[in-house]
Parts: sequence; structure tokens; C-alpha cells
Amino acid sequence: MNELDRSSLYQLTTTRFRLTLREPEAIFWVFIFPILLAVGLGIAFRNRPADVLQVGATTTQLTRALATDEGLTATTMDELTGTQALATGKILLLAVQRPDGVAYKYDDTNPDARTARLLADRAIQAAAGRRDPVHAENRQSHEPGARYIDFVVPGLLGMNLMGSAIWGMGFSIVEARQKKLLKRLVASPMRRWQYLASYLLSRLALLAIEVAAFLGFARLVFGVPFRGSMWQLGFLCVLASLAFSALGLLVSSRARTMEAASGLMNLVMLPMWILSGVFFSATRFPAGVQPLVRALPLTAAIDTLRGNMLQGTDLGQMIAPVGILLAWLAVPFVVALRIFRWR
Amino acid sequence: MWNAGSRTQGESPALLLSGVRKTFEDVVAVDGLDLEVTRAECFGLLGPNGAGKTTTIEICEGLTNPDEGTVELLGLDWRTGASELRQRIGVQLQETQFPEKLTVEEVLRLFRSFYRRGISLEESIQTAQQDEKRGARVGTLSGGQKQRLAMACALVGDPELLFLDEPTTGLDPQARRHLWDLVEGLKQAGRTIILTTHYMDEAERLCDRVAIMDHGRILALGTPQQLIASVGGEHIVEFGIEGQESGSSVADATLLTAIPGVQSHRMNAGLHQLSVRELHTAVPRIFVELTRHGLHLSEFRTHSATLEDVFVGLTGRNLRDE
Repeated sequence: MNELDRSSLYQLTTTRFRLTLREPEAIFWVFIFPILLAVGLGIAFRNRPADVLQVGATTTQLTRALATDEGLTATTMDELTGTQALATGKILLLAVQRPDGVAYKYDDTNPDARTARLLADRAIQAAAGRRDPVHAENRQSHEPGARYIDFVVPGLLGMNLMGSAIWGMGFSIVEARQKKLLKRLVASPMRRWQYLASYLLSRLALLAIEVAAFLGFARLVFGVPFRGSMWQLGFLCVLASLAFSALGLLVSSRARTMEAASGLMNLVMLPMWILSGVFFSATRFPAGVQPLVRALPLTAAIDTLRGNMLQGTDLGQMIAPVGILLAWLAVPFVVALRIFRWR
Repeated sequence: MWNAGSRTQGESPALLLSGVRKTFEDVVAVDGLDLEVTRAECFGLLGPNGAGKTTTIEICEGLTNPDEGTVELLGLDWRTGASELRQRIGVQLQETQFPEKLTVEEVLRLFRSFYRRGISLEESIQTAQQDEKRGARVGTLSGGQKQRLAMACALVGDPELLFLDEPTTGLDPQARRHLWDLVEGLKQAGRTIILTTHYMDEAERLCDRVAIMDHGRILALGTPQQLIASVGGEHIVEFGIEGQESGSSVADATLLTAIPGVQSHRMNAGLHQLSVRELHTAVPRIFVELTRHGLHLSEFRTHSATLEDVFVGLTGRNLRDE
């Protein structure tokens, strides 16, 4: 036997690592699922050319005026046909020629119809000779870094770090407790801290593969930018993963059955899935709950990941969320060690 | 291969319990236990389920704290010498399930790494008699193979004192005999073994001394031969009388114990049980006596007295009554 074979920390860590890799479901959730999710969201929110709105008009003169706007497609129809087309959603707006001007028929609760109203009025007024007092030009932005996929990739990364750490930690610890393996281990001279440390070490080894696979995919397929320092990004992933592992350890420190553990894990993770800004910005929640939202570890993780990847923000400028992550690492870990049930 | 014997010639006993009590909520699991096990002895705790055997052995193993009393192993106690003790004892628990996706070799290598000294991986694989199964995953092993793996894990640190909690419960007869051979090999090597069982044949075959436990107390303690002799006869005559399936009168008991050579009488599941010293003289007299009173046998058999008879004699219940 060589030195490594004799090291119990090494044996515990490789055992844990092997057990994870031999679990096909775990591989799916950790490696495949986030990539599938990114692909799905990438397709759903891909940047399309701006929609062209369908409108109708009762005279060819009006139709010609409307057609000058790129955002509108105009068709000539009489008022009766037009009203029917409006009711069935074929057109968003009907411009009706009146002796004293023009009347717009549209549904003002439909945002697209309101847009059509603005565009149609602008086109008709311009055709009638109105000149804008201020010169304006449009510059559309479709650059990497400003798209939805760029926003959501750091969110998915944070969510994945949380899920794999809490599930990875929780289920295997509770299973070992339920099958009396924990009891058998503490009946041996194994050092208890090494058992818990082996979970963290094997998590970090998996983390490297997991993060590289996901971010590599996001970079190659979607061209998601990495504007911050790579080593700081690595540090943030490690810090977030350790904080979530500590939380996973706390969640699994007492539970005796898988059902109890699974309920607790969902209880811990569900609020974060909703509040922490994975899919949309967490700033959308009312000011009253913002302190709570900011204090969640997933919010802190996602904020720092977005800051690093999208804005290239330095760690030094993100002291507050990094501090929140450190607190989430230290407090649950200490509490879990104190209340951990070994049998 | 085993050198425990030469190492264990210390002064202190392998195990010393005095006044040990343990209560779970309102159930007294262990009720004031005193026990001494000497080195190189194979000691058995025999009793029905719920007798307090597992609680007792887990107190000895340092997994459960007693409410009262002192526990000393190899001259050390759990409060001050825990890490030293963990290195020197081997433990096999009743229902450990090793991770199904690890191989036999991986489990043994993991457990070996916890001990400062011990046997080599090859030796432990031989102990588990799993040379051809070393690369097999735990999930594919039979009950007997899993149990031998658990035993091998208990032995990787070359322990001076070995605890086995119901090592053969749930195994088929062949797997049980296999495991008995393994324990006998360890005994011959001079290792101290403390085991619990509810199989009297297992206790009789393996143990130098046996403590019969019930309701958290030791009812009787001695070598299997001493305990069997305490029943009063080496043979048990068991018979039923027609028309008496529901029970017998006190008159029958006085009548039967009056027969010369009959040591004692008791009823067990509607059958009369007599303990006798010599079958060839007692049985004819029993027949004569029954005929004289016009009683007809519905069944009749004899067997050598066992620890089961000792237990029935002490508690009026069978060991396997749940």
C-alpha cells in the first residue's frame, strides 16, 4: 500500500467522488440539465427582428401613409370588414377616414395595439406634412452581453451550484444515516471532521468539471462574454459552492429519512429559486422585501457572477455580496457540526 | 496471520461492566448490569429480541452512553481513551448497509485507512472469503457475503476485542455455518469476542461463556454446559396427553415429579416437559405411571437439553417468542 492508500481523508474523498460518478441521475442533474435549460432558454429568447404589426385602413391614401413605417403592414378594407378583422385579432388597429380627420379603432389594453396606434398616428401625421422639431435617429443594440441569454447564464450557473451542493450533500448524508453507515463509521477510528471534509473536497473536484462544461458550452454556443478576471470567477464559484454545501450539511444534519430531508431541501431552495433573480432581475421585488432578497446566498452568488461575467466588476467592488456568501459558509457549517446526528 | 493472542496478556479484563443502566423514554433497556469478560474468551449474550442485548453491546462499543454505571474495555474507558479504544476494537453492527455501488475491495480499503495498524488488504479479502468477489459491487452480494464483508471490516484493524451483534441473523443455514467457521478461526487465534445472538445453537457452539438476558437483566451466567446442567437433567422428555391440549392439573405435576429420576416438570405449549438424568431408566417408569392412571399419549419425544430449555426454565417463554 502506498501513502495515499493509507490516508483516510484521501480514501473518504475518492470514495465520495466515485459514488457520485456511479449515480447516473446525479450526472444528469449536475452536468446535462443546466445545459439543456440554457439551450431551451436560448431558443425561446433568441433575438428576433422586431415584430411587424398588422393594421388596416379604410382608404388607399391612409394605407399608403401607414406603409411608410417599417413597423407596420397596412391593408385596405371597408369599415365593416375591418371591425371584424379587429375582433378576430387579424389586425391590431383600424384607421377610419372621417370627414374631419382620422379615427383609430384599437384595444388599448393590448400593448402591441398601443404601439400600433403610436406608429400609425406618426405615419399619418408625417404624410400630412408634420415635421419633428428635434432630429432623432435609432441605433439598435444586439451586442453580446446585453441579451437575455447573457443575463440568464450566470443565473443558471448560480442555481446549479446551489442544487448540486445541497442535493449532493443532503441525500448522501441522510442515506448513510438511514442505512446505519454513519453509525458504523463512528464505531471505527475515522475522524469525524474528515468525513465531512471529504464531501467538500469531492464537491470541489466535481465543481471544476461542472462549471467548465457549462460555461464552455455557453461561450461556444451563445458567445456569452467573460469580462471579469477568470481566477476571480473561479474563486466565486468555489465560495458559492462551499456556502451551499454548508447549507446542505445543515439541512441534512438531523434528518433521519429521505422524505424529511427532501422536504427540508425544497423548503430551503424554493424561496431562492423564486426570489434570487435566476430568470429575471431580483430588483423587481418590492423595496420592502429587498433586504431579505439581498441576504439570500443565491442572490449574492448570482449578483457576483453577473457582475464578474457581464460587467467585469472586480471582487473589491463586490465586498457586500462576497461577505454575505462568507457568512452563509461559516454560520451553517458551525451550527451543523454542533447539531450533527451521527447515528 | 492473527497475533492478537500474544498481545493481549494484559492484567485488565477485556471488558468490565458495573451497575450499567440505560433507559429510553419509559423503557428500561438495560437494568443494572454487571459483567466481566476475560481476555481470549468468546462471550455470548443470549436472549430474545428486546432483551437489551443490542443496547448492552452498543454501550460497550461506546456508541450509546449509559445513564448509570461504568464501562471499562482493555483497562480504558470511553471518556478518556476513546480514540485509543477505537483503534483497538473491531465492531460489526446489526444492520449496516455499505454503499451498494462500492466494490468489496473499495469498502475494505476505506475501512483499512482508518486504522494506524492492521492487516493488509489481501488478508482482509481472504478473511471475507471474497477473492473472486473483490471487484464485485456490494449490491450484488448475497446476505452471507455481505455479512462476511461486515466481519472483514471489523477485522481490518487487527482488533484485540471484537464485537459481533447478531452476526448470523437472517442468514441461510449454510451461510451461518460458514460464518461460524470464521468465528471459530478467530477464537483459536486467541482474540476476545463478544457476540449477541438469539440462536441458542449458535451460543452453544461458539461461546466459552454465555449470559442469558431478558428484560435488561442477566438471568443466568456460565459455560453452556453449566447452564444446561442447571436445568437439572441432561435430557428433556416431552409428551402430550389426549384430552389435555388446553392444560393440565396441578395433580399431574405432583404425580410426574414423584417418578424417580425426574428432576423437574413444566408445561410448554400444551406439552409436558420433564427433565431427566437418564433416559433408559426414567422413560419406562413414565410409561408405567401414565398407564396406571389411564392417560393416553398423543405425542412423545425426547431431546438433549439445550440453552433453549434453560431459557424456558428461567422465563417460562421460548427464545423466539416475539
